[in-house]
Amino acid sequence: MATSAVQATPTGSGREVAVRIGAQVLVETLRRLGVTAIFGHPGGAALPIYDALYDARDIAHVLVRHEQVAAHAAVGYARATGRVGVCLATSGPGATNLVTGLTDAYMDSIPVVAITAQVPTAVIGRDAFQEADIIGLTLPITKHSYLVRDPADLPAALTEAFAVAASGRPGPVVVDVPRDVSQTPLAATRGEPAPSRRAGPRAPHAGQIAAAAALLRDARRPVIYAGGGVISAGASVELTRLVDQTGVPVTVTLMGKGAIDEHHPRCLGMLGMHGTVCANYAVDAADVVLAVGVRFDDRVTGRLRDFAPQARFIHIDIDPAEIGKNKPAHVPIVADARAALGALADALPDPLPLEAWWRQLEEWQARYPLRYRQGDDVIKPQFVCETLARLTGDRAVVVTDVGQHQMWAAQFCRPRAPRTFISSGGLGAMGFGFPAALGAQVARPDATVVALVGDGGFQMTMQDLITAVEWRLPVKVVVLNNGSLGMVRQWQEFFYRQRYSHVFLRNPDFARLAEVFGAQGRSVRRPDEVEAALAWMLAVPDGPCVLDVHVDPQENCLPMIPSGQSVKEMILG
Amino acid sequence: MASAAPTPQPGTAAATATANGGGGGPRTLGVLVEMRAAVLERVAGLLRRRGYPVRELVLGRTEEPHLARLFVVLEEGASGEQVAKNLNKLVDVRRVADLSAQPTVVRELALIKVDVTPGTRQEVLLAARVFRARVVDMGERTLTLEVSGRPEKVDALYRLLRRYGVRELVRSGPLALVRGPQST
Ligand SMILES: Cc1ncc(C[n+]2csc(CCOP(=O)(O)OP(=O)(O)O)c2C)c(N)n1
Repeated sequence: MATSAVQATPTGSGREVAVRIGAQVLVETLRRLGVTAIFGHPGGAALPIYDALYDARDIAHVLVRHEQVAAHAAVGYARATGRVGVCLATSGPGATNLVTGLTDAYMDSIPVVAITAQVPTAVIGRDAFQEADIIGLTLPITKHSYLVRDPADLPAALTEAFAVAASGRPGPVVVDVPRDVSQTPLAATRGEPAPSRRAGPRAPHAGQIAAAAALLRDARRPVIYAGGGVISAGASVELTRLVDQTGVPVTVTLMGKGAIDEHHPRCLGMLGMHGTVCANYAVDAADVVLAVGVRFDDRVTGRLRDFAPQARFIHIDIDPAEIGKNKPAHVPIVADARAALGALADALPDPLPLEAWWRQLEEWQARYPLRYRQGDDVIKPQFVCETLARLTGDRAVVVTDVGQHQMWAAQFCRPRAPRTFISSGGLGAMGFGFPAALGAQVARPDATVVALVGDGGFQMTMQDLITAVEWRLPVKVVVLNNGSLGMVRQWQEFFYRQRYSHVFLRNPDFARLAEVFGAQGRSVRRPDEVEAALAWMLAVPDGPCVLDVHVDPQENCLPMIPSGQSVKEMILG
Repeated sequence: MASAAPTPQPGTAAATATANGGGGGPRTLGVLVEMRAAVLERVAGLLRRRGYPVRELVLGRTEEPHLARLFVVLEEGASGEQVAKNLNKLVDVRRVADLSAQPTVVRELALIKVDVTPGTRQEVLLAARVFRARVVDMGERTLTLEVSGRPEKVDALYRLLRRYGVRELVRSGPLALVRGPQST
């Protein structure tokens, strides 16, 4: 790895003109854009940028041990705050390691800017050492990307990248910076980018709001189906107001968890494959579904034609392409969710006559609660989730990995506020949980951040425990350790005649492993230890800790609607 | 001008189709894009990823050096609406118009190399004259015609010439402009 970083040189023409190199301009631009934290990992092509960061004491650069962690952490940061998350990687292998995290951000519409270093412009396209066509590789998983060929364009490209990432339907943006571009001295930049020709959030169409209000007013069995778009629009207050006024029940998607306080009496919990029976029955019987900030994901709808078969759909989304993508909308409303829900609440100020509907819903809730039986010998994973929710009052930031534990967390944690339940929804990327929790903790140093992970997924990114130790980030890791790739084991049990092919894990002692990393660790094997252990964990003041909870290896996540089927095929608990 | 997708055999499925036809024919979307790096990949990648039935994708330069017009011809029966909405999401896309829904001038250029014998040469030349095709090359055994016009005119000429034996054919795919003062 060789570099010859050109130093900034003052030109000697009498008066001092500060000549900066591209990398310095890049860092300055980041500062001007309000960036205070970057998750990254250096390398040859990125050295000029790292050299410029050497002087940037006000920008925290978190040196992660794998760029995948940088991307997931940027997502966690963005999801915990609503601000743009930033990750930085060197060319080639550094950049390619970001791809999973960027895909996750794309699928879940999370604003992230990835700055990737690139080989010098002169050798781009020649299979240079550590060259990867990262623009090409990320075309399908980014909102947009920039290859900056002239250092004078750096401020404009970055400013535009941040605006594109955060505006409209948010998403990831890549800015690829060749090494020579970041090394070149430049006297002037090309100034600010032209104001975006893309309009700001769209106001809802008055006629469509009136039509939606009329549909809801006539509805006998209405349901609100709320997703991640409510959270990214910051529309929780408006959603809650609408529900309070009208009494319409709400069900949330995995991405929509926290869109409304899930302790709200009108909230039916999550719907979909592992949603509550009541939420799924409600949608099945609904005559009007108000879908807001959702994309009719197949994990929610099952077989599309059987999803809410009697319902008329009102669909609110900021992205016109979402409307009619999977289900036709009777009343399409292309708008910012906050404006649209606010307008709907104004149009529907009175309670709707839904007594009969609520009698039905309450009967379903009473008949089909989420259930599990905690005995004396083995720990039920649901018990851990429920106890965690109780001890934190559902006020901690819970970040999950992917698998059974994710669905149990979704069932038993009932977040009270938006941005306090973070999970890889669209991509379902194992290895997401711990890094995203790390990013969330950087973003919210005073919050209690709990990473609820499986023993499989944790092992995909647990090396970055050392990063948390280094930064004294008090992330609390709960491993729901079932000795297997639990969700896969469940599918093999249900759908592959118990032919358990390559799903059992030999695990390290996670508690001791934590200690080796310099974190705190504990193991729990008995139900009566769970509460005390969780309380201990929540009280650890400083630095990360790992609680290795040995749970029932046989437990399955129910209820479950098998993939591609309908409510009628639901496997109950 | 470049055609980014292979031109399928003409005169098959939709011989009577026109970019101006509306109704059940293939739909043509006119897309005004900024000529920036990877813009063609972005458009083509989006269309492939979402599995839209694209028959042709044609890129043409415009009066502005930094803008280009892309024409996306969808297979018959495909709805242009989702495609248009998705294209509109691309940062480099300025405007998307469904040209099938408005009066347009549509033109396509084709070169057709036909087998001829002393006995058929005159018939082919007659066909060329009727279709206002120009003879751009003439050999002992082949004749190459240049024809421009609406895609269905090209289809019709091709169908007529097939019986003599078409050795080679290349079509540009359609270029179109909305009629009258409003822009495409
Ligand atoms: C990167 C990645 N690889 C594979 C999968 C497929 N997958 C989904 S859940 C799962 C098992 C997860 O096991 P574990 O992390 O132990 O969690 P559990 O289901 O036991 O709670 C697997 C392999 C995935 N989602 N992501």
